[in-house]
Amino acid sequence: MRRITKLRTPIHFDSWAAVGGYEERRGPLGEKFDFCDISDKFGQSTWEIAEAEMGRVALNTALSKSGMSHDRIELLVAGDLQNQCVASSTGLSSFGIPFLGVYGACSTCTESLMTLCSFIDSSEHMTIGAAVTTSHNSAAERQFRTPIEYGGQRAPTAQWTSTAAGAFILGRGEGEVQITEYMPGRIVDGSTSDGANMGGAMAFAAFDSLQAYFEESGEEIRNFDCIVTGDLGKVGSDILRELLAKSISGAERIHTDCGLLLYDFKKQDVHSGASGCGTSASVLACHFLPMLKEGKIRNILFMSTGALMSPSSLLQGENIYGIAPLIRIENMKGSE
Amino acid sequence: MDSKVKKELIKKHSPSSSLFKNSLLAFFFGGLICVIGELLLMLYSHLGCDEKTAGILVTVTLIFIAAILTALGIFDKIARHAGAGTLVPVTGFSNAVVSEAMDSKSEGYVLGVGAKIYTVAGPVILYGILSGFVYGVIYYIYTLVEGMKL
Repeated sequence: MRRITKLRTPIHFDSWAAVGGYEERRGPLGEKFDFCDISDKFGQSTWEIAEAEMGRVALNTALSKSGMSHDRIELLVAGDLQNQCVASSTGLSSFGIPFLGVYGACSTCTESLMTLCSFIDSSEHMTIGAAVTTSHNSAAERQFRTPIEYGGQRAPTAQWTSTAAGAFILGRGEGEVQITEYMPGRIVDGSTSDGANMGGAMAFAAFDSLQAYFEESGEEIRNFDCIVTGDLGKVGSDILRELLAKSISGAERIHTDCGLLLYDFKKQDVHSGASGCGTSASVLACHFLPMLKEGKIRNILFMSTGALMSPSSLLQGENIYGIAPLIRIENMKGSE
Repeated sequence: MDSKVKKELIKKHSPSSSLFKNSLLAFFFGGLICVIGELLLMLYSHLGCDEKTAGILVTVTLIFIAAILTALGIFDKIARHAGAGTLVPVTGFSNAVVSEAMDSKSEGYVLGVGAKIYTVAGPVILYGILSGFVYGVIYYIYTLVEGMKL
C-alpha cells in the first residue's frame, strides 16, 4: 500500500496568520502571534462564538497579509473542536467561500492543509484556497470537561487546550515555502481511556506515521531539519522519542512538539503542555513557517496529532484512538 | 505494537500526582476553612444566636463566600492547589453549582441553567439522599431491635 502522495503541481504558502488568547500571549511565542485578545472573548458574549470570531479574524489577517480579496479564494477547508464544527461554519460564513468542514480532533490543521492540497492538485481550475483551524480553551473545557470556574485539580499528564487559531492561504505555483508531500494517518489505538493523558494516547499514531513515511520514502533523517508533532506534550513526546530512538535512529534528536513550544512551563500552569487543534495551527503559522521562509530551516515533516474520542466514549471506558496525518514542507529557494 | 507494551510505555512516562504534597495542602486549606467556620460560629453566637441557628448561618455564609469567589474567578485558582481541601467542605458543593450555572447561562434559564445546574453537583445530591435513606432504614431496624429487648 502506497500512502505518500507527492504533489504533481507545486503548491505554496501564500500567507498565514496566527491568532491567540491570554495564555498564548504570555507564552514564549506570544510576540510572534499576529493578534492576541487577552480577554479570550474576542468581543463576543459566549466562548463558542468567541472561537468562531477568532477564526474569522485569523482568516481576515491572512487575507490582508496576502493583499488578496476573499472572493479570490476558491475553497475554504476548516475545522475546530466544537460539535459539528460549528465554530468554523459560524465564524467563516460571512466570507461566502465554498466550504469543507473537517474534523480530525487536534489533527485538523494538517488534515485541512492536506485536503486543500489534494483539491488544488487535482483540480483543473482551482488555484487558491484557504485553511483555517481553531480551538478555544473555554469552549473545549465546557464541551469535554467541567465548567470553567469549577475548582478541581488536574492530573500532571493533563494538557491545556490552547485558545488559538491558524489560517493559511495556499496557492498553486512555485513559492518560497511549499508543501511537497502529504500522507494521511491511520487510526491507531492509544491503549488508554484516560482523557487526562491524550499525549500518551497519540504518541503511537505519530510513531506509526513516521515509521510508514521513512519506510516508504527511503528518506534519510539528515535531509530534515525538524520533525514536528502537534500536541503530544511532555508525556507523548517522551514516549515518541523513546520509540524513535529504537527504530528510526536520529529522528528523536530532531523531534519537536508544538505543545511544548506554546507555553512557558515555569510561568504557566499547563501541566504536560498545550493541546487543541489551534496549537499546531498557530505554532506552524507563527513559528515554523516564518523560519522556513527565512531559510533558518529548510525541510520539515509536520504532523498534527489528533486524539479521537468524545465525552461519552470516555465515560463508557472506550480507548482513545490517535491519528497523525503528515505533510512535508520545504523552503524551495536555492535548494538545488 | 501490542496493547500491553503501549500501556507500559504510557505508565513509564506519565508522572503521578504527589500524594504527600496534595494531602498536606488539602489538610491545610480544609483546616483553614474549618477555622473560618469556627470563627463565624463564635461571631454568630456572640451576636445572640442559639447554637443551632448559628450553625446554619455558618453553612450559609461559607456557601455564599464560595459562590462569590467562584463568580469572581478566584475559587478555581485556590482549588487548583487546595484540591480536596476546598472540595470536601460545603464550599466545593457551592462552587460546583455556581460554576455550572455561570457556564450554562448562555443557553437560557430553562434548558441551560435550569436543566444543567446540577450536572456536577447532581451525584452528591443523589447519593447523599440515597445514603441518608439507607442509614435511616438501618437506624429504624436498630431501634426496633432495641425496643424488643426492653
